[in-house]
Amino acid sequence: MSASMQMHSGAGGDVRSGATDGRVLTPGLDTSHRAILYLESVSVSFEGFRALNGLSLTVDDGELRCVIGPNGAGKTTMMDVITGKTRPDEGTAFFGQTIDLTQLSEPEIARAGIGRKFQKPTVFEQHTVFENLELAMKADKRVGPTLFARLDSSQRDRILRTLELIHLVQDARRPAGLLSHGQKQWLEIGMLLMQEPRLLLLDEPVAGMTDKETMRSAELFLTLAGEYTLIVVEHDMDFVARIADRVTVLHEGRVLAEGSMHQVQQHEQVIEVFLGR
Amino acid sequence: MTPVDAIRFDEAAAERPSAEASTTGIAGGTGVRPVAVRARPMVLADAVLRLPRGVLYGVAAFVLLVVFPVGNLLMPADSALHVSDYAVTLGGKVMCYAIVALAMDLIWGYTGILSLGHGLFFALGGYAMGMYLMRSIGAEGVYHSELPDFMVFLDWKAYPWYWRYTEHFWYAATLVVLVPGILACVFGYFAFRSRIKGVYLSIITQALTYAAMLLFFRNDTGFGGNNGFTDFKRILGYPITAPATRIVLFCVTAATLLAGIALCRVLVASKLGRVLTAIRDAESRVMFSGYNPVHFKLFVWTLSAIMCGIAGALYVPQVGIINPGEMSPANSIEIAIWTAVGGRGTLIGPVFGAAAVNLGKSWFTQALPEYWLYALGLVFVVVTLYFPRGIAALWPRREPQR
Repeated sequence: MSASMQMHSGAGGDVRSGATDGRVLTPGLDTSHRAILYLESVSVSFEGFRALNGLSLTVDDGELRCVIGPNGAGKTTMMDVITGKTRPDEGTAFFGQTIDLTQLSEPEIARAGIGRKFQKPTVFEQHTVFENLELAMKADKRVGPTLFARLDSSQRDRILRTLELIHLVQDARRPAGLLSHGQKQWLEIGMLLMQEPRLLLLDEPVAGMTDKETMRSAELFLTLAGEYTLIVVEHDMDFVARIADRVTVLHEGRVLAEGSMHQVQQHEQVIEVFLGR
Repeated sequence: MTPVDAIRFDEAAAERPSAEASTTGIAGGTGVRPVAVRARPMVLADAVLRLPRGVLYGVAAFVLLVVFPVGNLLMPADSALHVSDYAVTLGGKVMCYAIVALAMDLIWGYTGILSLGHGLFFALGGYAMGMYLMRSIGAEGVYHSELPDFMVFLDWKAYPWYWRYTEHFWYAATLVVLVPGILACVFGYFAFRSRIKGVYLSIITQALTYAAMLLFFRNDTGFGGNNGFTDFKRILGYPITAPATRIVLFCVTAATLLAGIALCRVLVASKLGRVLTAIRDAESRVMFSGYNPVHFKLFVWTLSAIMCGIAGALYVPQVGIINPGEMSPANSIEIAIWTAVGGRGTLIGPVFGAAAVNLGKSWFTQALPEYWLYALGLVFVVVTLYFPRGIAALWPRREPQR
């Protein structure tokens, strides 16, 4: 994982030397201006319903950002736009300085370094936990190389390290379908980590977890922040208060407030929206 | 049997609790398997089936490639080891169907795409081989013309352009692979790129084979209309009805089937195979893991179509006829039934499913011809309700490879 960080800063160095025709082009992710994700005036409508309404949001590299908001505020739609599942009607979405997310397909975005955890844990239920991680692992994911892929020992070690991180070493050979709900959530997070992403989008990652599991998740996310950038959508306010650097409050498809947990809790409009006054 | 039935079946499969439906054979876990095996009375059968895979392949190859030819050609008719011509023809035909069922299993059992148009690819392979066989008749047809009888009958003076070079066996053999392959590739590209899934894809494939059938029924299409191709005389210069020719065709079919099983085994045991089952179980996760499901589906879809084409090409010289009836929607649905009866998501299951259903059909259509379709329907219902994992569920499960 640290190797990917180094590789990245190497790629960042190329930006200036590789500039041609006055345009700055870089093959990898460019976070030279600190921010890793830019959403600008993004609007999405579904048959008249404005799910996102001029949403603008910037997330810095290495940040742990929590996104909260009432149902229908546009949290999941925002994730859909970032991961290529939904194309915005208006606005721009950039990953780093150069990667235009609105031009890429879902697999391309995943390979560019954005991992997404779904609200409902989505793992390969008939594959073992080990195989789930193997499939997610960063590799050449075209058809031919996949057919002839063999695990080498360093890849095996990486899978084992991730198994330890997500506390599933004992369950490595069980089909993922037999795991508990909380364990599936963890497995899915482990799969994201195997992709060596730069940005992790986590949609309600602690839903259905026991208190103990939630505690462990909070610890895990705090460890991951810095090395990765995390955007966490969560309804559990205690959990948000425990982990968040900054909190963004969405309401009716746009940003209502942004700041520390304390700041947004004092924000008058936020109180209105959440308490329904 | 209607498409709707087959679709309901698919839904029933989707509702199974996932942990129980572990049909991939690569899912690990120690679970309850040993207990289930001990409870089964067929200890001897179990022991046989637990032999190393290589031994089972060896036995199958010995029976098909040695016992059948020797029994048919060398053993006197009153010997217990004699194999009748009827058995050879039937066996060859069933093995062609088994290859089709295997191909169907790759795309349905492993990748979760129910095609109800695989009969089309089978028929196209058959027609490509049929073109060569028609030209091999030479001037020995009813009208003693260089042209096939149906063209003389239509008062055509020359072969249409697409019949060019089909007098060469290897060119026809290339068509056997290319025609179904290219059609599947083009169709699949548009279907998968548009994210057509589930019942919608099934219905479109059904429509595709139906449209092709109507096209081939027309005399103007140049493939013999509703009579198709028949009255073949020879293949590669050998008389096509001679016992030795028949047994060679039988052996080539057997070798193709065994090679097909081996190829599929390699495929499903690879990481690519795990991606295919992952697409079946959680396509969105596959996509967000960085794989492009379109490419994987297209690869396995095209491979599956090519396998069907080859099976069709082996089928035609052994059965002696190909006509547009092979493209009828019911035929394609029957392929799905063989696979379902045998057990989706296992390799050996569909092979036995195809054999069981077709041998049953052979017997039934002689004994009670009017009731065959009812019996087939009943089998389908019973399998759906009581054996969702098919014949293969009776098999002892092997331990995972790693």
